[in-house]
Amino acid sequence: MSAVTDAFAPSALRRGATRTPVKIALDAVFALLLFVGTVVGVVALGVLLFTIYDKGWDRLMADPVAFLTSYVSRLPQRAGIKAALWGSVYLMLLTALLCFPIGVGAAVYLEEFAPKNRTTNFIEANIANLAGVPSVVYGLLGLGVFARFFRLGPTLLAGALTLAVMSLPVIIVAARESVRAVPQSVRLGAYALGATRWQTVWTQVLPAALPGTLTGAILALSRAIGETAPLLVIGLPVVIFTLPNSLNDPASALPLLIFNWTGRPQASFAEAAAAASIVLLALLLAMNAVAIFLRNRFSIRW
Amino acid sequence: MARAESDLSIRRRRPRTGERLVVRALLVCAVLSILVTVGIVAVLALDTFEFFQHYSPVEFFTGTTWAPVGGRTDSGDFGVLPLLNGTLMIGLGALVVGLPLGLLTAIYLSEYASPRVRRVLKPTLEVLAGIPTVVVGFFALNFVTPTLLRPIFGDETVFIFNAASGAIAVGLMILPIIASISEDSMRAVPTSLREAAYGLGSSKRQVSLRVVVPAALSGIAASVILAFSRAVGETMAVTIAAGNTPKITGDFFTSIQTLTAAIAQTVSGEVPAGTVRYNSLFAVGSTLFVITLAMNLLSARIVRRFRQVYQ
Repeated sequence: MSAVTDAFAPSALRRGATRTPVKIALDAVFALLLFVGTVVGVVALGVLLFTIYDKGWDRLMADPVAFLTSYVSRLPQRAGIKAALWGSVYLMLLTALLCFPIGVGAAVYLEEFAPKNRTTNFIEANIANLAGVPSVVYGLLGLGVFARFFRLGPTLLAGALTLAVMSLPVIIVAARESVRAVPQSVRLGAYALGATRWQTVWTQVLPAALPGTLTGAILALSRAIGETAPLLVIGLPVVIFTLPNSLNDPASALPLLIFNWTGRPQASFAEAAAAASIVLLALLLAMNAVAIFLRNRFSIRW
Repeated sequence: MARAESDLSIRRRRPRTGERLVVRALLVCAVLSILVTVGIVAVLALDTFEFFQHYSPVEFFTGTTWAPVGGRTDSGDFGVLPLLNGTLMIGLGALVVGLPLGLLTAIYLSEYASPRVRRVLKPTLEVLAGIPTVVVGFFALNFVTPTLLRPIFGDETVFIFNAASGAIAVGLMILPIIASISEDSMRAVPTSLREAAYGLGSSKRQVSLRVVVPAALSGIAASVILAFSRAVGETMAVTIAAGNTPKITGDFFTSIQTLTAAIAQTVSGEVPAGTVRYNSLFAVGSTLFVITLAMNLLSARIVRRFRQVYQ
C-alpha cells in the first residue's frame, strides 16, 4: 500500500485495523483482563461464603437443636438464636401481609387504570425515588412515625410496618413488570366477551401476573429480612427471653443478633455470629429457591 | 321518539358503583406511596428543625468535631464534617474497588461471554448483591482486615477497625449494581454499530472499547452514580468494619465514622426522645437523605437521556 492511499483510508482502519502481532497480543491480554475481573467478583463471593462456613459451621453443628432453640446468653457456648429466628419469621410474614396487597393494588392501578396525567407521573417518579432511599432513613421514619408518634414502641408491629414501607416500592416495581408482561390480546379477549375492566383485571390479568409478582415479592421480602439498620434504629431488642404473643410485644431479628454478636470481643461470639449467619443465609436461600420454583413452574410463556 | 334513540346507545346508564369503588381503592394504594415520602420528609424536617433550635446550623455544617456527650448530659459538638469525610472515603474507596471490577464484568458479560457462561455468571453476581449487609460486615471484620490487609500492609499500619476494609466490603456490594446496569446499557447499543466497526477491520477489543463503551457511556455513568449513592447509604458493613471514630483524615487504615454509622451508634445507645442528641440523628439523616436523593435524581436523569438515544 502506498502512502497516498494510506492517507485516504478511514481513521479506524489507519489506527488499528491491521493485525500486527502487538494488536493480537493486546486483544488477548484484554480478553484475559475481562475474564479475570469478572472472576474476582465470583471468587470474592466464594471466599465470603467460605469464611462464614469456616467460622460458624462447627459452632452450629456442635448442637444444632440447642442453638436453634435456646435464647441468648452471656456465655457464648450457651447462647442460641430462638428469639431472633422466630422474630425474623414473624416479621417476614407480617411484612408480607402488610405490603403485598398494597403493592399489587398500586401496581394494578398504575398499569391498568391510571390516566396519563401529572398525578400519575408524580406517583411514578416518587416510587422510583423511594426505592433509592437508604434503609437507615426508613429506620428513622419508623422511629419517628410508628415507634414514637403512634406509640407502638420497639414492637413486632412497628418493625413489620417499617420493613413493609421499605419493601413497598420494590414490590410495586416487580408487580408492574409482571402485569405489563400480560399481552394486550388477553385483555381485549375479555372485553370482547363483555367483561368490565375490573373483571378483566381480576379474572385474567392478575392470575396471569401472579407468578411473576410472587417471585418479585419474595425477593423483596428476602432483602427486607436481611436488613439490620431499620430494626436497629427503631430499637428492636436483642436480649429477650420470650417469643412475641401479640403485635404489641417486642421482637428480635436474626441480623440484629448477628450485629450484636459480631461487635463483642470474644472469639466464641464471632463463631456464634457466623453460625447465625449460616442460618440466615439458609433462610434466604430457601426463600429464593421458592421464588425460582414459582417462576419456573407457574410462569406463562405467551 | 327521543327515548328509543337513546336506548340504541351502547353506553350503560346505571353507574357501576362496585367497579368505581375498586378503582378508588387501588388509587389509595398508589397514593400511599406518596404518604410514605411525606412521612419521611416530615419526620426528618420536624426533628431537624427542632435540632437547629438548640444547635446552630452553621456550626453543624462547618464544625470539624463530632463528639456527642453520652450519659445524662445533653450536649457536645455536632459538627458533621468528620462524618461527611468518613462517608466520602467509603464512597470513593468502594468505587475504586467496585468500578473497575464492575466495568470489566459488564464488558465481559455483554461482549465476550457465551450465552451459557452468562446464564451462570449473572445469577451468581445477583447472589453477591443479596448477601445481607451485616454478613458482609462480619466478612470484612473477620477476613478482609486480618487475612488480607494486615499481612500485606502490616499490623502496626492497619487498625482492627479501618476504612479500607469497609470500603472493600461496600465495593463488593456495589459491584453487581455497576455490572448489571452497565451491561444493560451496553446490550442496548445497536448491533449495527458493532458490525460497522467489524466491517472496518476492528478486533473485538477495539469494538468494545471504541464503540460499545463510548455509546453506553451515559448508562455507565448512571450506574456509577447510583452505586455511589448506595455506598453512601450503606450502614451495617461500615458500622461493623470501618469503626466509630469520627475524624477528618485521608488515612484508609484508621478507624473512621460515616453518617450512617453515626446514626447506628447513636440509636444503639438508647437515646431519650427530645434531647439534642436524639434530634441530631435526624439532622444527620436529613443530610444523608438529601445527598442520596440528589444522586438518584441525577442518575435517573442521565438514564432518561440515554433511553432517548436508542429506543
